[in-house]
Amino acid sequence: MGDFLRVAIAVAAKDLRVERRSKTALVSAMAFAALVLMIFNFARDAAALSREMLAPSALWITFAFSGVIALNRSFALEREHGALDGLLLAPVSRGALFFGKYLANLTFVLTVEAVALPLFVLFFGVDLSGALGGIVVTAILATAGFVAVGTVFAAMTVRTRFAELMLPLLVLPFLLPPVIGGVQITARLLAGRPMSEIAGWLRILALYDLVFVTLCLLLFPSLMDE
Amino acid sequence: MSSPRLSTPLAEPPLLQAAALTRRFGSARALAGVDLTVGPGECHLVAGPNGAGKSTLLRLLAGLARPSSGTVLLEGRPLAAEPFTRRAVGLLSHQSHLYDDLTSAENLEFAARLYGLPDPAAAARAGLASAGLSDRADDPVRRLSRGMVQRVAIARALLHGPRVLLLDEPFTGLDPQSAARVAALLEAQRGLGRGLVLVSHEVHESWKLATHSHLLVRGAWAVTGPKNGTLDDFLRRYREVLDG
Repeated sequence: MGDFLRVAIAVAAKDLRVERRSKTALVSAMAFAALVLMIFNFARDAAALSREMLAPSALWITFAFSGVIALNRSFALEREHGALDGLLLAPVSRGALFFGKYLANLTFVLTVEAVALPLFVLFFGVDLSGALGGIVVTAILATAGFVAVGTVFAAMTVRTRFAELMLPLLVLPFLLPPVIGGVQITARLLAGRPMSEIAGWLRILALYDLVFVTLCLLLFPSLMDE
Repeated sequence: MSSPRLSTPLAEPPLLQAAALTRRFGSARALAGVDLTVGPGECHLVAGPNGAGKSTLLRLLAGLARPSSGTVLLEGRPLAAEPFTRRAVGLLSHQSHLYDDLTSAENLEFAARLYGLPDPAAAARAGLASAGLSDRADDPVRRLSRGMVQRVAIARALLHGPRVLLLDEPFTGLDPQSAARVAALLEAQRGLGRGLVLVSHEVHESWKLATHSHLLVRGAWAVTGPKNGTLDDFLRRYREVLDG
């Protein structure tokens, strides 16, 4: 376990350091998140749809799509100069490599979401005072699962010619459960509904995380062995 | 084709032993029953034209690809059966395995962490010193010249003291001075009892290091065995084989 964590932390720290220098994924994902929120805000027919009704969907669609953009970069940097081969040659478990990439991706996507949330408040004028804690917990739960799936698909598609196109096509169907859960919970939180209405959705998100993080951890090694 | 005869004692398995390696990509056959045995202190030069299967052979020997049939043993153990078997291998491919946005030192430190070396920073410093790049330790790789990148990549491949070194065109992009430095570095590794497999289609620089020479044509050995004769003899044979 010690070696597993040591390698995972080394891989995650390397990814975060590369991203801190290049800012490729974060800047593009944040700019994308801002644009999506802006489009949702201005494309809304105010007479037909209130901001409050649209807000939860807009927030989670923004999280999902900007998350996919951040994930796209995850293995792209391993493709440059054959760095992925350098990782695979090392005498370490493939599971540790996955977990390191997963930790880094989780940090990227949560950072993008942390930037998108204030923009969401700005564009949609919602009052998060009573809902912020719940939304943060929901975002962490929903993101933990879909980032695991995205990390595996990013690894799968990295050696294909159309990786940037393939990743969203593969990941988006798996994003449906966390996005639906996120929308449902956010809508109830913003409407001030009781916790009992949210608990079931939170359990579904936690179950999704458990199943998909475990599955991805088990699947990743065989995906890396050609 | 038979594998080269070695002076390795029977009691100890060779450093690297590949038997009947075949690799197909769909209907195309990249390698067709290649045998290779590498003992301590041996340097096997593998030459051949473009598309002969040289890089595919190195990937199979490194465990980065699986053979369609055949086996690769590292010190008698199947390659990639356990992660630790990969520790015995160092690979310099035609790609550097480096990250442009990290400095030379950070790249080597990261590699040292992957290999579980006790003091990654010291290992990185030593690696850069052996490559003659101590003064460029803090430069991002993207700012280094092609030759410098190649030297950092070689330092990365040697960092963990692998017993088998697989090198794909190690002299590419190097000026004569750098090429001589790399040749001395590899000769020192050979002197330490490491086994080298050196793939190249430019054989002049590699010939001096080689103890064995092989010519790979259309995925099979056309010439194989201990180095015999001069470079001119080898090149003549090379031309004869290519001319059919």
